[in-house]
Amino acid sequence: MDEPKIKELEDALKERETGHYVLRLYVAGLNRISLRAIENLKKICEENLQGRYELEVIDIYQQPVLAKGEQIIATPTLIKQLPPPLRRFIGDLSQTEKILVGLDLRPKK
Amino acid sequence: MAETDGQNELSHRQLAKCPTGITGMDEITGGGLPRGRPTLVCGGAGCGKTLLSMEFVVRGAVNYGEPGVFMSFEETSEELAKNVASMGFDLADLEKQKLLALDFVYIERHEIEETGEYDLEGLFIRLGHAIDSVGAKRVVLDTVEALFAGFPNELILRSELRRLFRWLKDKGVTTLITGERGEGTLTRHGIEEYVSDAVLLLDHRVVDQIATRRLRFIKYRGSVHGTDEYPFLIDESGFSILPVTSLTLDHAVTSERVSTGIPRLDGMLGGQGYYRGSSLLISGTAGSGKTSLAAYFADAACRRGERCLYLAFEESQNQIIRNMRSIGLDLEPWVKQGLLKFHAARSTLYGLEMHLAMIHKLANDFQPATVIMDPITNLSIVASLNEVKSVLMRLVDFFKNRQITILFTNLTHSGELEATTLGVSSLMDTWLLLLSVESSGERNRVFHLLKSRGMAHSNQMREFIITDKGIDLVDVYLGPGGVFTGAARLQQKAQEKGAALATQEELERRRRVLDRKRQIMEAQVAALQAEISAEEEELQALQDKSKLQQKTAGEERERLALARQADSPEFKEGE
Repeated sequence: MDEPKIKELEDALKERETGHYVLRLYVAGLNRISLRAIENLKKICEENLQGRYELEVIDIYQQPVLAKGEQIIATPTLIKQLPPPLRRFIGDLSQTEKILVGLDLRPKK
Repeated sequence: MAETDGQNELSHRQLAKCPTGITGMDEITGGGLPRGRPTLVCGGAGCGKTLLSMEFVVRGAVNYGEPGVFMSFEETSEELAKNVASMGFDLADLEKQKLLALDFVYIERHEIEETGEYDLEGLFIRLGHAIDSVGAKRVVLDTVEALFAGFPNELILRSELRRLFRWLKDKGVTTLITGERGEGTLTRHGIEEYVSDAVLLLDHRVVDQIATRRLRFIKYRGSVHGTDEYPFLIDESGFSILPVTSLTLDHAVTSERVSTGIPRLDGMLGGQGYYRGSSLLISGTAGSGKTSLAAYFADAACRRGERCLYLAFEESQNQIIRNMRSIGLDLEPWVKQGLLKFHAARSTLYGLEMHLAMIHKLANDFQPATVIMDPITNLSIVASLNEVKSVLMRLVDFFKNRQITILFTNLTHSGELEATTLGVSSLMDTWLLLLSVESSGERNRVFHLLKSRGMAHSNQMREFIITDKGIDLVDVYLGPGGVFTGAARLQQKAQEKGAALATQEELERRRRVLDRKRQIMEAQVAALQAEISAEEEELQALQDKSKLQQKTAGEERERLALARQADSPEFKEGE
């Protein structure tokens, strides 16, 4: 492998460890599942992404147009907008391991 | 809302219907789909589910002022708009007018990670938003089963679908849900389980390489509906569904009589031609002049200024026009004037039902007074005899209901001349039979009028003659020697003429002989008379002579007596 490629890879790895996360959580009102999802997500972020994440919680009851635009069907839906690739998680986000893998915070086993 | 609906339903004998505006659909359902309830449309790939549901929404918006929502799980809004543009549906314009809301639901399985409990409230919100944005009365979900590919947790999905249909019902929107047909089930994931009100099955069957579309209401709760399979077609104006059988035989009739275009034939039909709106059949063997006769009917209709639809299954328009010109019939001006419309199509072009649908459509668009189908026999290529018969029956009903005269031609084969191969003769009001009779080394056309309901008609055979001047019906020769046509007829006529001439000659001869005899006799009589008169003369002469002699003798005696001094004559004794 030549030098620039290695450098690129190293940057990417560094980015993964230090990169900025943009997360959007779409919920349908503040029901039991929504609250649980918010709670679970906050915990994950605090523990793994402290200081380098941006989380926005959107109630699609308030903004139904966003539901169409973002192709939201199931709620809650978490979208990892950055870093790429874009990923969607549905459910109350209680399966922490799955989410960490999906957020590229833990290698796939 | 649902409760007031319920009360309305109770107050009516039948549940409220939502007219679809789709040709034929409202007829077979007695008014449309169940209003405010979901209807499942299922069928295999390419059977027209999406189109049907799109037409339902568009017609609702355009014809009934009921805005609609079309939620697509398979095609994007742009694709949908493009696909239905060919049918004249301008989705973008309808969206602008707030009569239609399109929503494309995109589900990409590999992007989604399940991480616990969830529901499909997002779908509800989107749908609710779309409904509210236009005030929709009609909703289409096409194909909701796509959700099964996106969400692996069937348990959640099924309960959410159940909730969705309930929710739609509560909203009071009339919903069409499409579903792909599965193996042994109506839909792949069995969603028919949740839609209990009406289930419509679309089918695209290929039999003998000919495809026919059909649909059937498997279920329509709370309503009388046709349970038959109805053929339908999809063309540039959308769906057309045909009720298979006319339910009643109560079409109005007229006693107006119409000319066939052949004076002699009119004469055979009680002098006035056929009844308007009746069904006519021309059956005949190959080359017996069926098409020519049919063309005369067409020509006569156009001459009256009526429109005539000519459905040709064997020949093209140009060929028919050319051929008819050869018998002195020019149909082209009628075509140009828009009075005559040809529709030439091979019977194998599409299935029988499609033909039927096509004919319905043509007749509805063109509004003819006369329809000619030439020949119906060809239809049997694409379907069984029973099916053809049923289609023809429906056609006859269809046309009679509209008081359109229908003329069928039917090719028969010698040996079964008085039987139509399709067994349709009983449907016909007037039946003309053309035969090609072989005699003395030639074929001649013979014309029979087998039946003509409701009018006095001739029972006589006629010879059917086609010349470059046109068609003529000529009396056949009927004599002790049998029925003669063509050259035999002419020959017979010549023979008769000859025989008459011979008799005449014989008579002349006899007369001459008699004359001669008379002359001879008269001559003889004259001779005899001459002889007699000669003898008479002789006799006279003799008499005269004898008288003279006597006289002379007397005088002599007297002179002698005188000389002898005998007695005076007074004393003479009797001598």
